[in-house]
Amino acid sequence: MAAGTVTALEAVTGAAADDLAARALETATQEFSTIVSTHRPQIFRFLLASTRDVDLAETLTQECFLKAHRNWSSFRGESSAMTWLMRIAINLQKDHWRNRRMQFWRHTRTNAVDLDEASDWLPSGERTAEQQILAKEQVSQVWRAVKGLSERQRTVFMLRYVEEQELSEIARATGLSEGTVKAHLSRAVGRVRAELGGKR
Amino acid sequence: MRFIGLFGKKRDRVETSTELDLAGADEALEQALKNFRQSVLSWSEAEFGRARPAAKTVRQRSWRLAAGWALSMVLVAGSVSGGVYDHHRRTEMAKAAAAAQAAERQRAVAEQRAREDEEDLLAKVDSDVSKEVPSAMEPLAQLMAEDDIR
Repeated sequence: MAAGTVTALEAVTGAAADDLAARALETATQEFSTIVSTHRPQIFRFLLASTRDVDLAETLTQECFLKAHRNWSSFRGESSAMTWLMRIAINLQKDHWRNRRMQFWRHTRTNAVDLDEASDWLPSGERTAEQQILAKEQVSQVWRAVKGLSERQRTVFMLRYVEEQELSEIARATGLSEGTVKAHLSRAVGRVRAELGGKR
Repeated sequence: MRFIGLFGKKRDRVETSTELDLAGADEALEQALKNFRQSVLSWSEAEFGRARPAAKTVRQRSWRLAAGWALSMVLVAGSVSGGVYDHHRRTEMAKAAAAAQAAERQRAVAEQRAREDEEDLLAKVDSDVSKEVPSAMEPLAQLMAEDDIR
C-alpha cells in the first residue's frame, strides 16, 4: 500500500517537474523573442554603420541572434542584454574581417556602398535646401574620417556617437578598459575634427 | 622636475581624451556628429524594413563554394598529375640512361674483343712468317759461305 502511494507520488512529482521545465522553456523562448524584437534594429544599425554593407550587416545580425540563442542559457545577466548582444556582434564582425583577410579569394567583390551613397541618407526634417547640402557635406566628411579609422577606433566611435552608449558600456561591450576606450575615441574624434577642419 | 613634467603630460593627455565628450566646444564638430548619427539612423531604418532576396545570397554562396571546390580540385589534380608526370619522366630518363650505358659497355667489350682478335691474328702471321723465312734464306747463306772458303 505504502509502496503504491510512493509510486503515485513519484509519478505526480515527475509530471510536475516536466510541466515546470516546459514552462521555463516557454518563458525563456518568450524572453528571447522579446530581446530579438527589441534589440535587432540596433544591432543591425551598428553593423550597417561599421561595414556600410547592407547584406553583410543583415547576415551578421542573423548570426548574432543565432549565436545569442544558442548561448542564451549561459547569459547570466551580469551586463545588460544589449551589451551582451553588442559584444557578440563586435566579435562576429572581427571574425568576419579576419576570415576575409585569410580567405581573400572568396570575396573578391565587396557590397559596401561608397561614401557618397552613404552620405545621401538624411532625415527629411524641416531644413532648407542649403542646410540639407551643408548637412550632406558634413556627413560625407565624417564618413571619410571614419573610413580612415582602425577597426577598433571605428567600433568605439560608432558605439559612442551613433548608439550613444556610455563609456562604461562601450568598455564592457568591447572588452577594453575605459581608459583605452577614451584614447580610441580621442583619436577618432581628432580625425573627424581634422577632416572637418581641412574642408572648412 | 622630470617626474612632474611626465605626470603633467599624462594628465594633459587624459584631459584631451575626455574633451571629446565635450564636443559642444566645437559647434561644427557637434553638428557634424549629430547629422552623421541622423543619417545612419535613417539609412538603417530604411534598410531594416526592406525585404531582401535571401535565396540570391544563398545561391551566390553555394556558387562560390562550388567554384572554390572546383578550383581546389583542379589545383590538386594538376599538382598530382604534374608529380606523376615528373616521376614518369625521371624513370624514363633513368631507363634510357641505363640502356645507353649498357650499350656503351657492350660496344667497349666488342671493341676490346675485336682488338684482341686482331692482335692474335697478327701474332700468328708473325710466327708463321718467322718460321718460313730462314729456310728461304738458306741457299744465300750457303753461297756466302763458299765465297769465304775460296
